[in-house]
Amino acid sequence: MTQAALADGNRSGALESAPSMLELTNLSKTFGGQRALDGASLSIATGEVHGLLGQNGSGKSTLIKILAGFHAPDPGGELTIQGRPAPLPLPPGAAWRLGLSFVHQHLGLIPSLSVLDNMMLGRLSQDRRVLIGWGAERRRCEAALQRYGVEIRTRAAVASLQPVERALLAIVRAVEEIGESRSGGGILVLDEPTPFLPKSDVETLFAVVRRVASHGASVIFVSHDVDEVKEITDRCTILRDGRVVATLTTATTSKQEFVEGIVGRKFERHARGSQTMQRAEASVSVEELSGQSVDGVSLHLSPGEVVGLTGLVGSGYADVPYLLYGARKASAGTLALNGRRIDVTRMTPARAIGEGIVLIPGDRAHSAAIGALPIVDNVTMPVLETVFRSFALARGAMMRLALELGQRFEVLPNRPALPLSALSGGNQQKVMLAKWLQTRPSLVLLDEPTQGVDVGAREAVFAQIAAATAQGAIVICASSDYEQLEQTADRVLIFAGGKIVAELRIPFITKSAIAELCYAHSESVSSNEGVPA
Amino acid sequence: MTAQAPTDRRPKGRSAPGSSLAGLVLAAERFGLIVVLMILIAIFGALRPDTFLTWQNISTILGSQAILVIVTLGVIVSLTANDFDLSIANTLSLSSLTVAILNVNHGWPLGVAVAAALAVGAVVGLVNGFFIVVFRIHSLIVTLGVGTFLHGIGLWASESQTISGIDPFLSDIVIVKRLFGIPLIFYYAILLAALVWYVFEYTAIGRRILFVGRGREVARLSGVHTDRLRWLCLVASGMFGSVAGIFYAGTQGAADPVSGDSYLLPALAAAFLGSTSILPGRFNPWGSTVAVYFLVTGITGLIFLGFGSFIQDMFYGGALVLAVTLSQIVRGRQEQSF
Repeated sequence: MTQAALADGNRSGALESAPSMLELTNLSKTFGGQRALDGASLSIATGEVHGLLGQNGSGKSTLIKILAGFHAPDPGGELTIQGRPAPLPLPPGAAWRLGLSFVHQHLGLIPSLSVLDNMMLGRLSQDRRVLIGWGAERRRCEAALQRYGVEIRTRAAVASLQPVERALLAIVRAVEEIGESRSGGGILVLDEPTPFLPKSDVETLFAVVRRVASHGASVIFVSHDVDEVKEITDRCTILRDGRVVATLTTATTSKQEFVEGIVGRKFERHARGSQTMQRAEASVSVEELSGQSVDGVSLHLSPGEVVGLTGLVGSGYADVPYLLYGARKASAGTLALNGRRIDVTRMTPARAIGEGIVLIPGDRAHSAAIGALPIVDNVTMPVLETVFRSFALARGAMMRLALELGQRFEVLPNRPALPLSALSGGNQQKVMLAKWLQTRPSLVLLDEPTQGVDVGAREAVFAQIAAATAQGAIVICASSDYEQLEQTADRVLIFAGGKIVAELRIPFITKSAIAELCYAHSESVSSNEGVPA
Repeated sequence: MTAQAPTDRRPKGRSAPGSSLAGLVLAAERFGLIVVLMILIAIFGALRPDTFLTWQNISTILGSQAILVIVTLGVIVSLTANDFDLSIANTLSLSSLTVAILNVNHGWPLGVAVAAALAVGAVVGLVNGFFIVVFRIHSLIVTLGVGTFLHGIGLWASESQTISGIDPFLSDIVIVKRLFGIPLIFYYAILLAALVWYVFEYTAIGRRILFVGRGREVARLSGVHTDRLRWLCLVASGMFGSVAGIFYAGTQGAADPVSGDSYLLPALAAAFLGSTSILPGRFNPWGSTVAVYFLVTGITGLIFLGFGSFIQDMFYGGALVLAVTLSQIVRGRQEQSF
């Protein structure tokens, strides 16, 4: 932290006058008639951490892909790196030679190989050496990790590392690659490196990012998360609809201003309908649910209630929806739903649906949506019987239904024939909500409903959750997005060690209260085991 | 044969100015194979007008390749659920032998022998499904093993002999009787293709099979009985193998334990090639049917031009790899999840 503070001190005043590392001017990119990027300009100073913010479809990933040489921009744009003009489009390998290095969300590590092997991956594919001096390579790798304060053994298999250690490894590797390509400077591009990291680990990652910047490199930090951007960046560029809306100095910009810049309209707090809900007789109760990392959990829920489940990674909250739905095997537990008792250990997804329970999984790409199939097929999946007219599925009826749902759930663009993967993450999530909420379920199980969903679509997702509860549905929402819980939940249950350890009710549900309880209890659990009180 | 593909299947271009171009590209993709087939026929017809372009040759091709169409239909049924059935050609051989052995050697009535042959296919599908679904073994391994096992049974049961003398009624209704000069078997194949088309496109179960093939976990979490459907598809593909085997016995009036095996590779080639046309990106019966006749036209034409029969292996083998490559391009180069 001290060196970070020092680095901040060095930079804070002199940013504007600092020599520019990268200048990008008037960059445009058109995809089939649609402008993904429209005259965007970006200026990165030497040694700064520069945030790149924007919703899905704002053009930020297009911009990054142009820098990586993936996309060829429309003619007219200019790129200068450390005062020297660079050709656009960037030819293959040029980004690396110019000192640009990328860490994408998926990190590009091979899990079954060692840290050292992974460290050498990029270099081995670049140079023409025949023999490898293992001793020298290992010392070099250790030195690099040490330089950024990363403590992982070079012999460890990447698969055995914590998620944050993997991210750090990828970052150090990228920085090392910059170092090899040139004597000084360089630009590290972090393309959403944090979504899969717990908050505490994000801190560790940021410490490394600050060190990288203090060694003279510039960092471009692409993210959805306004809080993270506020914490780590010196300046920020916000993109909206392919245009640069603003470049702001982070320290003097409020969170509200960031969000307004991203969304482009006044950000409204989601109105909670059930604030004065009477505590009616519980119509859903779960007793002694166990399985996976859940250990004997009981819940009682009232109609129209939104109950948030949260905790730190591994605390068990994330398994509850899957266990209740029968997607993962529960070892014990009963579910009382509308007066009927169901043995959860014998639950299957088909049975759950029959009982009016639906699940919207968090892993959209693998568990929730079939990206290659059209929206209409995805959205009509659970209601195929209703569109079967005497001898055949009525295509017209399916399309009409999909259009209607698209309108109701604000899917943009509302073109049911498009493959689902053509939509942004937020719109895909709206389709998932439409797919299940059209069945008028009595119990809605959500897992990370806002993951990979942009700021604008969050509101739409919240509105749909509220609409479902207004009709009496009960929502159980497992989430690590405390802000989302603050905005949507009537009650939040905090998990630690597979059990519920705390409960928050409405006036007290705040982002910080949730975070405090999560971390407070995680410590108490571990200290119970380790240090005698 | 150019069954109407629902026009709302795919994006109609991203924006107004590009839409006519995108529509053209889509049409080219959809009907390209038919156009190429026509061109092929025209070329061979011009080169060998008095042999190739005769009604007799054409109707012979249409009739003789109908069995391959049926095998291909079986292959795409299980492929749609993302399972390979490599045992289908061996099922064909064993089914035709079943008809021959029961009807000729044991004197059973033809109808009973045919029913028994169908049961063979169903049992093979059940066994395949058992190992694939219950023990979670990859379909490539299971069906390759089961297919070879069936081959052995065929050799054993027939003592490696050709068994001829099947009730001529079967040949009669399969190949001898003609409608517009084309043997009836061609129409049977088209009817079966229409059946597969109907089930895949117009029934809920067909949609669910597609979901199972494209997103197994998504389908499971959507309450689809994925295991049951995969099993069902394997039984169906086994039975398509049987039907093909029964017709094969009809076309030959006899059965032998080996010659059916050569249908496997062409069927796979046609299935993948077919998935690039009519409904690009999906295994679909009309595309497959066109693909079968495309492949066979190519081979027949080349043989007419004087190539030896070795060209058949080269053509089918090459076509399989090219067809998979093409289908991969159509699917936007997603990783194949075999």
